[in-house]
Amino acid sequence: MHASIVESIRPAGMTRRQFIKSVIAAGAVSSSGLLFSGPAGAGPKASPRVVERLLTLDVNGQRRRVDVLPQETLAQTLRHKLGLTGLKVGCDRGECGACTVLVDAVPQYACSLLTQSVRGKSILTIEGLARPDGKLHPLQQGVLDEQGFQCGYCAPGFLMATLGFLAVNPHPNRQELAHGVSGNLCRCQDYDKILTGLMRGAEYMRKE
Amino acid sequence: MADNDALFTPKLTGHNYVTPDLRAKLTGSARFADDFRAEGMLVCKLLTSPLPHARVTHLDLRTALAVPGVRAILTADELPPPADSVSDSGAVIKASPWAERALTMEPLYQGEPILAVAAVDEATASAAIEAVDIAYEALPFVIDPLDSLRPGGANARTDGNVWLPPARPGERPRIGELKWSAAEFEAAGPDRLPLGKATNEWSYGEVEAGLARAALVLDETFITPNVSHQALETRSALAWWENGKLHLAVGSQSTVQTVPAIAKWLNMDANDIVVISEYTGGGFGGKITASVAAIIPALLAKKARAPVMLRASREDEQAIGRARPSTIGRMRAGFAKDGRLLGLDMLVVMDNGPYEEQFDALMAGRLASLLYQPQAMRWRGAAVLTNTPTRGAQTAPGGLQVSALLGPVLAKAARRLGLDPLAICRINAPEGRAPVGPPKPDGSLNAATSVFVKQALDRGASAFGWQARRFRPAPAKGTVRRGIGVATGCFVAGTVGFDGLLVITPQGRLRIHTGVGNLGTESFSDAQRVAADALDMPWEACEIVWGNTGRHLAWSCVSGGSQTIHAMSRAALAAGLDARAKLKEIAAQTLGGKPEDYAIGSQRVFRRDNGTQGLSFAEAARRAIELGGIYDGHQCPAGINKATQTAVAALAGQGLVAVARDTFPRDGQTYSHVASFAEVEVDIETGMYRITALHAEADAGTVVHPRAFAGQLAGRSMLGIGHATRQKWFYDKEYGIPVSRRFYQSRPPTILCCPEHFTWGSVGIPDPQTPIGARGIGEPPTGAACAAVLCALNDALGDDTFLRAPVMVDAVLAAIEPAIRPAADNLSANV
Repeated sequence: MHASIVESIRPAGMTRRQFIKSVIAAGAVSSSGLLFSGPAGAGPKASPRVVERLLTLDVNGQRRRVDVLPQETLAQTLRHKLGLTGLKVGCDRGECGACTVLVDAVPQYACSLLTQSVRGKSILTIEGLARPDGKLHPLQQGVLDEQGFQCGYCAPGFLMATLGFLAVNPHPNRQELAHGVSGNLCRCQDYDKILTGLMRGAEYMRKE
Repeated sequence: MADNDALFTPKLTGHNYVTPDLRAKLTGSARFADDFRAEGMLVCKLLTSPLPHARVTHLDLRTALAVPGVRAILTADELPPPADSVSDSGAVIKASPWAERALTMEPLYQGEPILAVAAVDEATASAAIEAVDIAYEALPFVIDPLDSLRPGGANARTDGNVWLPPARPGERPRIGELKWSAAEFEAAGPDRLPLGKATNEWSYGEVEAGLARAALVLDETFITPNVSHQALETRSALAWWENGKLHLAVGSQSTVQTVPAIAKWLNMDANDIVVISEYTGGGFGGKITASVAAIIPALLAKKARAPVMLRASREDEQAIGRARPSTIGRMRAGFAKDGRLLGLDMLVVMDNGPYEEQFDALMAGRLASLLYQPQAMRWRGAAVLTNTPTRGAQTAPGGLQVSALLGPVLAKAARRLGLDPLAICRINAPEGRAPVGPPKPDGSLNAATSVFVKQALDRGASAFGWQARRFRPAPAKGTVRRGIGVATGCFVAGTVGFDGLLVITPQGRLRIHTGVGNLGTESFSDAQRVAADALDMPWEACEIVWGNTGRHLAWSCVSGGSQTIHAMSRAALAAGLDARAKLKEIAAQTLGGKPEDYAIGSQRVFRRDNGTQGLSFAEAARRAIELGGIYDGHQCPAGINKATQTAVAALAGQGLVAVARDTFPRDGQTYSHVASFAEVEVDIETGMYRITALHAEADAGTVVHPRAFAGQLAGRSMLGIGHATRQKWFYDKEYGIPVSRRFYQSRPPTILCCPEHFTWGSVGIPDPQTPIGARGIGEPPTGAACAAVLCALNDALGDDTFLRAPVMVDAVLAAIEPAIRPAADNLSANV
């Protein structure tokens, strides 16, 4: 599990060093972070490398065409270009996990992933969990039944991280599940009830 | 068909349910402030001060404004002057000349905003920030309150270093200078707070006499940390103007109360402001009205003639997102042989930050008088200014600190006197209408509405297995030391006087218009269960309207100070009773007889002597519209708050409109308490430790929503655990620059920091001074858990082994090997 996460952070042979270099080369990520990129045509676009900008992404089972800047993170693309605002940007540096999505079923911090690197991969966000008829995913239903989360800002990230973890370990005990979602912060710190809800959701998933 | 003539029949209240906001939170459809979008929206970035105290001497914006895509730049001289405010009694409160403003030309801490840029995207805004031509004159600065109190120490502001009481009655507190003598520092030594002059003090009883007759007198100094709020949602607001009205989607703990706060800072009419805040990503006191930063996008939007989004970066949030002030306390406490606290002399120095006076030190004194019931007490305090970020109320301001300062003192006294630490908590615990300091002008003390913390200690001790754990043999081998601790916490837990507003629609549904903010405690919804119960309405027939003042909301309390469930359940009941009275009057006018001939139940108003004769709520609502006047909101009763009157006028004619102000009696001040029990296991080889068990037992009156209540107990206990174990500021004192600016440096607790076994309980005795019996629970768990863990660590490591929280690995190792304990900076606020 751990190895697969690490590998998928470096897609297509891209090392962490290459990731950072590509961002620096694009020259548009300031120390304070860029959370909003404008419409296509706005903002700096200079890049030393020729990168295809019009991508087709597989998001929640749908093929979405989108114009992507070379330095654009998946969080920026999903939130600002595809309108999928369920994931949150709590820190923009891979510390809080609020932006967690599944990329090929593996939990990833969307703030720390270049959109260019997920071409051809399957992306699942919180908006893709419930059925089109509105029926909640059993994981969501479990949390709902236990009144999990308080402010809810961290909830989408926790749910996606849990889903990825349960794919590997569908029968966790509380401690194992806590470790599985320990990359996600909740500042309301309602961890006890969150875990209860997630465990209930895992139970529902096993019954489906 | 049951009559529901009782004032309040709790069919829904006290039971779990799914709150109306939860599904949206779990599906990603909940819209927080930074999820809003508007056509042509610009984004805003801040230029912040690189220095801890400076004056801007040169500012040239021409190059920045020439950056393509930049639409406007806002500077401090464009801010309107803050408006004076008017108290409930009509007295004018002058705007403070020392108040924080959204932007400044004399930054008082590193990270304070100087100007703001609006541009088509963040990259462009960042480029413009880089292009600003600015120069500063560095001014003297101070990071640590004791450094400022030393002879010759720097002042954080050019006009002083402390808040002083008003010079004359009716005036505002003012800033002045306070220095302690070298002799006072010398006399105290490196590990004790000097007993210098304070700026405020009060006392009751004969303190020195109490200390003189004590069997044991302890003289303890302890330091609590500066801790930032660090809400996961950074300060966010989207502002746009339509027809002269400001619309603001903002992450705020409060909804209707954010309007007058924004109006004050923008110096404009509150009727021209619409606040949208359906969801807020954490507040903890840092976003009670979230108003200071929110006016930046408001003014930029006006200037740029386009919607503007401010979405603070994590680093900016650390600077402007508020923090709990550190306190340094010195407590001389005299105990009788049985552990009773005979006299308490308490001095608290608070790291106030550079702006508005914080009340943590003052609250620490007030709550000490309640929590430990000293027979005689003196409190002295000083709010010392430093060039560090603006402080604000954080969960149990003063309540966290008083438990951390005094809880371990009680435990130490128990060990010295050969008593059970539980027994010394119990003998000093408040009870019933317990007295609360400070004394009133006539010398008497205030009284709590009710306190049942002794019951909480008893129940909690049983649930935790205190005695069994106390006498459990120590680990026989290895490097593990075990310790247990018990402590109490308290905080204010209720206010009165707000409005409830309901509409029974012609479809027979109950629409509840509440101005309570939604920050995750669920009290915006939980309190309304009372209104439904008052009308015997099934929850499925109820709809809550919240989070948008454009949807006509009732005047409600701020969501801070754990007052909401108390204040707004009373307001909901008042409105529910108004609806009942109107239903009966309508039935009497329609069907004959007197209102008292009718009863309410099963969504009908019906004759007591003939249940088949009556009106459904839907029929009564239609009849209310026909009758008009007070029945459908065309007339608003006297005594309703002004904001609610406006809402009622807008809702007039939509159905049976019920509106009432909470005028239920209350005698005393409302407080909630928690008793917490903790067990730790410390590895003395590595300094690492685990919290193996924590039990929190509440005394917060009637539990309205058990799952939400449990979440507050657990979550706020975790906040206390963070203060005890890992959260604090680090500063480069030479340059006045914060080192801890991100999560990995400030280390808020993760899910792996939870106690291995967390349990909770509630005494559940209703508060007799409020009809529902409920008090707030959001804050007292914090101090109780923090102090219980500190006491457990003392139990494991011994007394006098650390003098500050948090207790991190270095402190544990220093406790085990005192020879390596650092001697320097022992009393510094940020190390």
